Amino acid sequence: MTDDINILETVERYINGQLSPDERVRFEALRKANPEVDQMVVEHTFFMQQLDRFGQTRKLRNKLTEVHTDLASKGLIAEPGSRAKVVHLFHRYKRTAAIAASIAGITALAISVLVSSVTPVKQKNDIQLLVGEIKAIKNENKKRDQEIEKAKQIHTVVPPVITYQRGATGFLIDAKGLMITNAHVIQNARNIAVQNSKGRDLSVEVVYTDAARDIAILKITDTSFKAAPLPYSIKQSGAEIAEPIFTLGFPRNDMVYGEGYLAAKTGFNGDTLTCQIAIAANPGNSGGPILNHNGEVIGILSARQVTAEGVVFATQSRYIFNALKELQKDTTYKSVKVPATTTIKNLDRVQQVKKLADYVYLVKVS
Amino acid sequence: MKALADEKELLQGLALNDRKAIETLYRQHYKMVQSLIIHNQGTAEDAKDIFQEAIVVLYEKVSAGGFELNCLIKTYLYSVSRRLWLRRLQQQSRYLLSDTEADYVAVDDDAEAHEQRDLEFTLMERAINSIGEPCKSLLEAFYIHKRGMQEIAAQFGYTNADNAKNQKYKCLVRLKKLFFTQYKTPEP
Repeated sequence: MTDDINILETVERYINGQLSPDERVRFEALRKANPEVDQMVVEHTFFMQQLDRFGQTRKLRNKLTEVHTDLASKGLIAEPGSRAKVVHLFHRYKRTAAIAASIAGITALAISVLVSSVTPVKQKNDIQLLVGEIKAIKNENKKRDQEIEKAKQIHTVVPPVITYQRGATGFLIDAKGLMITNAHVIQNARNIAVQNSKGRDLSVEVVYTDAARDIAILKITDTSFKAAPLPYSIKQSGAEIAEPIFTLGFPRNDMVYGEGYLAAKTGFNGDTLTCQIAIAANPGNSGGPILNHNGEVIGILSARQVTAEGVVFATQSRYIFNALKELQKDTTYKSVKVPATTTIKNLDRVQQVKKLADYVYLVKVS
Repeated sequence: MKALADEKELLQGLALNDRKAIETLYRQHYKMVQSLIIHNQGTAEDAKDIFQEAIVVLYEKVSAGGFELNCLIKTYLYSVSRRLWLRRLQQQSRYLLSDTEADYVAVDDDAEAHEQRDLEFTLMERAINSIGEPCKSLLEAFYIHKRGMQEIAAQFGYTNADNAKNQKYKCLVRLKKLFFTQYKTPEP
């Protein structure tokens, strides 16, 4: 045993270059003569390297964990999902936060003043938002009014009947009933409902709106709504010019299919939020999904230019993710997941549309 | 040019295990990796794991010498994280990943080298943790913290440095045995 340890010590000193020249010559001779010793040197060199690497890597890992905890406690890297910590930090940094918030408030105010002063006023007449009027319902409305009048005269209580004057399109973005449409569709709405492909009305509530990007998220609250996985995905990156596209929408009470191509990567007057597409679109198409041939949503149809023929604009799909990110700040929606894969990629168009029809809704607004 | 010089300095810092360099890397790139992972069905905890693993891969690359990256640190870290996460997804038999950055490079060689290193790391960790005290502390003090034999003898209560040295070698023989019995049976 002592012999082994002596040899090991010599080997280690040899590897570390700590042997005197004399010892070194003797040891090298021994190494040459004795393959066992030679093997020992090789093995020990390897082992020392392993041990050294282990030490270095462990140091690095410890430091990484330290840095992570440090940065997380300073709030520099968002760490979603640690509530207790957040509360703790809130108490700790209450004052700092208050000061920061007031500074942020002032800054935000200043920026909004700045932005509003440099934002060009949109020429309202050039752009038509494609919300359609529901004609049939309008007539019905008149009839109902008369009935109500009559009913009033005979002093009976009539339950309020909601009639919808405007129609547009919306489509699901998750299996649990979150739906995207345009913010302008639901602007100033008193009542909103959606109608599925079978003609059934479902109740919804607005959970998010962003007028600047013209995106709104609705949630189907109707108990009769059944969740089903989506066949399409939402594309995060931009689409390419000339890429063939298609849409489904409700310019009338029935679903209408339209196809075209991506015409430009920017929208009206170079607007970078939107893109220009060439497709037949009419009032009622607003909020409809724009899909590419793989069945990935690349945009939301939003408006057309009145002063030119066949110029339609769509909000780019990546803003759906931005909207969702905002929405996910609310813990109720934290687990919302947009499908990342499309299951209709290799189907022909007829089959694709058939699969899609159940996920595109008529949005009715009064 | 300045940005490139900064990157090189960062890599040198990382190779030396410098805390400031690590913190800078963390501040600059953590969020990018986090959004990739969270966007692909991962949790914040997964993001932490993957990011730290990616830094270890970068460390292994730069400490092997050269400090040469043929792309930006950002691109490299993204590519490695992407590959590591894809690997984890595959273990759950999912094969798709949607990218949150446009640029990435092939890092298969580095990732494979890292897998081997990681295996060795785990083996060494297991061996060290199973030799028991005082061997563990003694070996760590000498080989990892690189402290002198005199100091160690005083700390552990040996009467002289030679006794401590003897004890250390005995421990080392055991550690080697533990490590090599596992190392020589390659896992299937």
